[in-house]
Amino acid sequence: MTKTSLDLNLLRADFPILDRKIGAAKPLIYLDSTATAQKPNAVIDAMSDFYRRSNANIHRGVHTLAEESTAMYEKGREQVASLINAASAREVIFTRNTTESINLVVKTWGRENLASGDVIILTEMEHHSNLVPWQMLAEEEDLVLEFVPVTDDYLFDMNAYRKLLTLKPKLVAFTQMSNVLGTITPAKEIIKLAHEAGALTLVDGAQSVPHLPVDVQDLDADFLVFSAHKMLGPSGIGALYGKMDLLNAMPPFMGGGDMIKTVHLRSFVTNQVPYKFEAGTPAIAEAVGFGAAAEYLQNLGMDAVEAHEHEIAEYALERLAEIPSITVFGPSAKDKGGVASFVMDGIHPHDIAQILDGEGIAVRAGHHCAQPLHEVCGVKATTRASFYIYNTKEEVDKLVEGIYKVKEIFG
Amino acid sequence: MDDLYRQLIIERYKTPHYRGHLDPHDIFFEDDNPVCGDHIEITVRTNDANIVTEAAFDGHGCSISQAAADLLIESIHGKKLEEVKELTKDDIVELLGIELGPVRLKCALLSLKVLKAGAYGLGVDEVSDDLVE
Repeated sequence: MTKTSLDLNLLRADFPILDRKIGAAKPLIYLDSTATAQKPNAVIDAMSDFYRRSNANIHRGVHTLAEESTAMYEKGREQVASLINAASAREVIFTRNTTESINLVVKTWGRENLASGDVIILTEMEHHSNLVPWQMLAEEEDLVLEFVPVTDDYLFDMNAYRKLLTLKPKLVAFTQMSNVLGTITPAKEIIKLAHEAGALTLVDGAQSVPHLPVDVQDLDADFLVFSAHKMLGPSGIGALYGKMDLLNAMPPFMGGGDMIKTVHLRSFVTNQVPYKFEAGTPAIAEAVGFGAAAEYLQNLGMDAVEAHEHEIAEYALERLAEIPSITVFGPSAKDKGGVASFVMDGIHPHDIAQILDGEGIAVRAGHHCAQPLHEVCGVKATTRASFYIYNTKEEVDKLVEGIYKVKEIFG
Repeated sequence: MDDLYRQLIIERYKTPHYRGHLDPHDIFFEDDNPVCGDHIEITVRTNDANIVTEAAFDGHGCSISQAAADLLIESIHGKKLEEVKELTKDDIVELLGIELGPVRLKCALLSLKVLKAGAYGLGVDEVSDDLVE
């Protein structure tokens, strides 16, 4: 068993919500971090301090609070850029979430650079957010969408990918970690092959950035998209990383304040990157919280985060495999993040989730916004337990006990 | 919790009394719960006086949605269609005999929504949650 370097007792004390009870006296066992992660005091306090002490609108005012708020917002950008090792903090655009980041690329880079007959490669593992915007653009511009399948072992099918690349795609947009299977895709190799074939790449990092070391320069990713709320930060803010030359060449996204340098009655001149893409008053406190979350993770060390989750996931897969009539979807632990999606014979995921909730255990039931992937797996819905830095092996044991209770109730 | 999974619901989920598809039928309707993918279809036969003589449901979903469908179908046998149109969420809650949170309520109400849409002869895009409020 690999040794984790996270001190769980100390770390869990950073998350006040972990003290709460569900129902009468069941301690919360939160196994739904893939949907959204819990927040440490570092994030809650950073946002609350911002509102208590510094709150003002950014970028225009000259008074003390405006200066402070602007500095804090931009510090958030630097902290996020540092976590993913962007060459410049200006390559990080704040958006609402992963979904908006992808829509931004679709509606700016996509509309400008794609035309009838152009091919975009996606994968069967994509979340709806990395499917629907491309489907909409494909409809609009008459594009061709191709999908890299998952292998029988639930891995990215590299052979099929190589074949699809002969179609000379303009873009390869893929998840670095599936939110259902936990499959970690070989992003560096996927990107290298895409570049050799003349395509740009968009990496959906919604699940990878919170859980793995992600270095955009090492990956040579053209775009990377992710959300704060899945990586200990607040909801309502996410990021688009893009290479500076690409961002410079892209038209603006939404029009409004802050994205302009000068405005006349009948014309405007766009502001520089990143402001060009951040029209209107942004989520300022959230940017502060996003930065605090990135710094918290960086202080823990993403290698340690990955190692801890791997250890928990490996243990969970072992324990779940002991239970008769349960099927876990996804690759073996070595290719997988901290996600276990499973079905039980004759028992609907909603019922499983509801009974587990009665034991204080929060899991998710449904298709997890990846309906096509469930079609590939041949199931309507799954129950998903997902793990993060604050989860323990004892919690996995409780999950297993809870599943036995489900079996008991359904006889 | 154990309340939610009282014996009646588990029994009706495992061995429903009215699962099936009537052919021919006077009323047919089907719909999904987009949140969880649950699916219910309902077929109903009526006589000249517009009274339900036979009804059945089919589909897949959680124990709450399937048991609610089975109990609902049972309850409408012998009822006038006009009475079926008047059924509401309260009737389903009474049939199940449990209190439900907002998410599970949607599971419980899917069959009623489908049944009423069929009874009113609505189109697929005319179905809304207002039907069962």
